[in-house]
This record gives sequence, structure tokens and C-alpha cells, in this order.
Amino acid sequence: MATNNNEDFYASPSETSQGRVFNVSGQDWESITDDLGDSIQERIVVNMGPQHPSTHGVLRLILELEGETVTEARCGIGYLHTGIEKNMEYRSWVQGVTFCTRMDYLSPFFNEATYVLGTERLLGIEDDIPEKAQVMRVLLMELNRISSHLVAVATGGMEIGALTVMTMGFRERELVLDLFETITGLRMNHAFIRPGGVAQDLPAGALDDIRAFIALMKKRLPEYADMCNANPIFRGRLVDVGHLDLAGCLALGITGPPLRATGYGWDLRKSEPYSGYETYDFDVQTWDTADAYGRFRVRLNEMQESLRIVEQAADRLANLEGAPVMVADKKIAWPSQLAIGSDGMGNSLDHIRHIMGESMESLIHHFKLVTEGFRVPAGQAYVPVESPRGEMGAHVVSDGGTRPFRVHFRDPSFVNLQGTSVMAEGGMISDIVVAIASIDPVMGGVDR
Amino acid sequence: MTPNEPNAGGRASDRGKESGKAAQTTPSEPGKGRPDSEDETPDAGKQQESHTREDLVVSTDTTKTFDRAVGTRQGMFGVAGTGDVSGFGGLSAPVVVPGASSRPYGGWFDETADVLTERLAADGLEQAVESVVVDKGEITFHVRREDVTAVMSVLRNDEKLRFEFLSSVSGVNYPADQGREMHVVYQLLSMSYNRRIRVEVTAPEADPHVPTVVPLYPTADWQEREAWDMFGIIFDGHPSLTRILMPDDWPGHPQRKDYPLGGIPVEYKGATVPPPDQRRSYN
Repeated sequence: MATNNNEDFYASPSETSQGRVFNVSGQDWESITDDLGDSIQERIVVNMGPQHPSTHGVLRLILELEGETVTEARCGIGYLHTGIEKNMEYRSWVQGVTFCTRMDYLSPFFNEATYVLGTERLLGIEDDIPEKAQVMRVLLMELNRISSHLVAVATGGMEIGALTVMTMGFRERELVLDLFETITGLRMNHAFIRPGGVAQDLPAGALDDIRAFIALMKKRLPEYADMCNANPIFRGRLVDVGHLDLAGCLALGITGPPLRATGYGWDLRKSEPYSGYETYDFDVQTWDTADAYGRFRVRLNEMQESLRIVEQAADRLANLEGAPVMVADKKIAWPSQLAIGSDGMGNSLDHIRHIMGESMESLIHHFKLVTEGFRVPAGQAYVPVESPRGEMGAHVVSDGGTRPFRVHFRDPSFVNLQGTSVMAEGGMISDIVVAIASIDPVMGGVDR
Repeated sequence: MTPNEPNAGGRASDRGKESGKAAQTTPSEPGKGRPDSEDETPDAGKQQESHTREDLVVSTDTTKTFDRAVGTRQGMFGVAGTGDVSGFGGLSAPVVVPGASSRPYGGWFDETADVLTERLAADGLEQAVESVVVDKGEITFHVRREDVTAVMSVLRNDEKLRFEFLSSVSGVNYPADQGREMHVVYQLLSMSYNRRIRVEVTAPEADPHVPTVVPLYPTADWQEREAWDMFGIIFDGHPSLTRILMPDDWPGHPQRKDYPLGGIPVEYKGATVPPPDQRRSYN
């Protein structure tokens, strides 16, 4: 927008005998301070963050204090805005996965899943996704839920000074990331769930690693409960802190563990099952205290449930060896397969040999699908999934082209963070750290 | 199907077709009766009490939609003038989005639409819902923008609707949809009945005002601020409509279609790769 000197927000000009003078001391500031009167003497406004170890990422908090009591709390966000939604409009539908996996970096599979499910609904191939791809999606999402909750518990512990909880949490999370690396090739930013299925079949030996992980986690998860559940210091910091009841959650759009900690067992895996969740045996975890402690316990219990689902998914995968992981429609399915070569992972040499040496038509097909991509029928879809933080949804709009017309992500971190003021005001400044940790916002998802 | 002109006249003819078709449809629930016109009061006994998985899956095979053009697609490779020797440069095809659907919408869609129509008629707002689009198993109510608050409060408060949860608010910019360039899309969820609907309002780019829904759904606060930040849609009555993701002094609204993506050309071994929005690409 055109801005000339006369419209400068921060330096209004005035003409004097010495020429034009820009007054940068600030507009109506004096009238504001005059209005405040004497109360300004007792009023302290503290800026906390965005670079602060206890604000759970690059979150800026503007706190008005009275002594150590927070009277008003406001959030400043946007420090990690990367324009992912805009960027996705300039790439093909498959490339979009590579972008959205980077939003909420602690739960990448959920970002991918909601976008891919929306795309598949627009393509009308929801019923054609192979069973093995569905099971692998569930397996990865539940492993991801464990790793994400581990970080929530770990950083939440770190922010109140419980550093042992942090080292424990990151120790176990590393095991999950090792599994991700085995299955997808990457620890984070996988871009593994693709429209039509998943990028790769399960590599040899992955099931053994998963089984070993399940056995280990059955021993390790109870350690968190032993360490924290009855710990008087831990309880003292968390119990009754960041209270938000069911009505508050619904009004502010808060989902996930904060909603379930009010005693309402709302879980999209049960209420609107996707990827075959209705066929797995698991329970929705709730708590009835509506405080930070309840959210912690919900997360702890959900990890146990996720482990149950991972176990069931691993059993199914054992019976699905060699089954397809990509939709049969060759006009949508990614043409090439990846393979581990002498120089790392890349296109399968068999595939290169086929398209370069044997079949001109395969080469054309590969070229068209990789450079142009497939067209998605015009329309819009919204298929939310239950991410570790709540309802993660992608509003996917197509105009019938080879690129998304518009993708909007309803990120649970973004929406849940609106609860900060309600949870924090009236409490101690040290409790605001606990309240925000109990929402577990991931700023990559908040700012997108 | 022939796409209509992307203007008010096109929508009017859609509505005409819709009401013409509505009379000859068959009841979705035999024996329970179904109103033939939108103005008739639905039978109270028709309300479902139990909500199973089957309720969620709505078959829309019987629904006929009338598609609506929102723009034109030129060529095939995003290249104008010289440079395109493919022969596809002369292609011109309308961009068509699914338009208004006719009755029956299928499953609980009819019930929800009936209740909404009845309640709006009681408030004298028969014209509030411009059209209903049923597509890919999801239902969208296109609502006149001046009535969005009234419609949303009915959707939230009526005990047969109970859409008590606003999932998402997002802006969409259709630059070629003349007079309706800015769309605001609300995703509503009824946790009581486990149903999802979508409400869509439009505003012309020259007058991008839409009433706020923050008093009804406080969760819309940040989401409307994001739509203002990214699209420049002004939500009248919003408590503090300021930028939220972009810096406060940022010029322009980045997710509008006419706002460039940005980026710089990258040189590598003598060749130059242009930024993504200037590359030759399929469209």
C-alpha cells in the first residue's frame, strides 16, 4: 500500500520555521498517560518473550502485573510465520505435503494426514486407499502422539524446573524419532503421508524395531507416573493452575487434552473415525479437574492408549507384508519408488532403468505426473484429525487445477492459545508458565 | 452442464432451477413425510434421537448440483504470448465450483436445512440462506453477509441444531468471482449431534465487510484477525481487529491472489531458477 510521509504511523510531520519536523515521540501517548492518572504508578507491564526459555517457543506475552499477580495477559504471536499456506498455492498437490509437515514440527504426521485426507476427499478416492497405507498412517500418527506428548511433558517439566522429567522425556522421544527415521528416512519433516497412500513400504526389520520399542515403553512409561503423579512439588505447581472448564473450552474453541481434562471425552478418533480408527481397540482418556495437572494426566494416559494402538497396528502390518501402500489409480499414485543406494536414499534404480531404458510411455507418465501432477476436482473439503493438541483440520479448496487453490490449517495450538488470558489472569506470574505449558502450543503450528 | 455467468444473474437462475427440481424429489425417509417447500414446517417427529456412525455417512448420490463458474483458466502452462509452442496456449476453460444443490440433500442434511429454514422464517429472514451446496458428503450454507450473525445464532442456539463449536474461520479469495471476491468460510461442529456443516459468506473486494461472530463464538477472535491480516476482510464489530501474524506495519494482505509470493531468482552454475511464482508451471 502506498504510504507517503504524511501518513507515517510512527512519525507525524509538522511544518515549522526550520522546515518539516518529524515528531517521533509518539502521537497521543501523552493523552494516554494523562488518562491513566495516578494508577500508572502501581501498574507494571512486563514483556515476556519472545526469546524466553519458559514461553514454550517464540511466544511473546504481555503481562500487566500487580505485585506478582497477573491482572491482564495478552499473547503476541507471528514470530515464526513462514507463509506455508501461501506457498502451498504455488506447488503441486503432492508437494504441498512437504510444506505442511513443517508447520507443527512436533506432530508432522497429523499436519500431513489432515491435508491428505482433505485432498483424497476432493479426489473421491477415500475408499480406495489400500489397507496397509491406512494401518501405516495410524501407526505413524500414534507413534507421533507419543513423541509429541513426551515433549509436552518434558518441556512442561523443564519450565517448572523439573529437569529430570525433561531428560527422561527427550530420551524416550529419541527412540520414537529413531523409528521414524527407520520408516520414513527422516526424524522430522517426513512428507511421508501422500495423497493416495504413503510414500514407501515398511522397510525390512522395522516391525522388529517397533516391537522392541513397545516392550521398552511398557517399562518406561510407568516411570513418568512414578516420578510425577504423587510428587508433592509437582502437584503443588500443577494442581488448580490454569483452570478452564468445559463451557470455557467450547466458547474458546479449545480441544485436545485441555478439553478432555474437563471430563468431556471428545476425541475425533472416536466421534468421526478416519483411517480406520473405528477398528482399533482404545479408550478416550479424561480427567475431571480441568487444570494443568489433569491435562498432564490425560497426556500420560493417552500415551498408554497410543501404545495399545501401535501394538495392534504392528500386528496388522505383520499380516500385510508386500501389500500395496499407494492407491491403484496410476493417474494419482506417485510413479517412482525410493530405494537405498550406495549414496543414500534416492529413486529406485530399477525404476530409473525401466523409464530410461525400457518404456518411453513410462517415462512420459513419470514426467507428467511429477512435473504437472494430477488435477483435483473443484470444491472444498474439511477433514479434521485428532492431533496431540486437539482438532487439526485443513480447509482444502480446489479450483480443478494441479495446485491447491487455497489451504487453511485450523491448527489447535493457534486456537488453544486463546485460552491464555482466561487461564492466567488472576494467578501468579509463575503459574502462567505452567498454564501455557499445559496448553502445549507449538509455535510452528500457531504461526504457520 | 453449462456454467452460469459469475454474477448475481447466474445465481438467480441457479435458484430457479433448484426450486423447480425440489418439487419432484422423493422423501428421504419414507412414511415420515418431508416438506415439499422450504417454507413448510417440518414434522417434529422426524427428529432423530440416536446418533450412530451411520448418521455421519451421508450418501449424496441423489443430490443434483448446478455448478457455478468463478473464473477462467487460460492456456495450460502459465505462459502468455510467445514462449509456449505446445499449442495449448489458446485453451480457455471456465473454472467451475459446485453450485446449489436440489432436494433431497440426503441423510440429516435435509433435517438440518429444514430446521434452519423454519427458524429463519420465524424471524422473517427467509432470504438469509442464498443457496445450499452439498458436495463430497459435506454441506455448505451460503449465507447473505448481513444475516450471518442471525443465522449463526440460530445454528448455535436451536436445540435441534446445536452447532455449539466453531472449528475454523478461513478467508478465500476468488479474484474472478465478480462482486463476491472475498469469501469467509466457517466450519461448524455440533458436538451434541456429532455433525459438521459449513457456512460461507461473500463480500465484494471493494467493500470487504462481514459482521463479526466473536460475540457468539469467542474462538473466532484470533481467526477473524488472521482473515483480516491475510485477506483484508473487515469484520465489523470485532473487539480488536488488528494484525496477528504479520508485523503491525505490514503493507497489504499477503494471501490475496494478487499479492505476489515473493522470492528471488537463484543462480546455480550459470543457470538461473526464477522464484516459484514466476516459474513456468501448469495451471
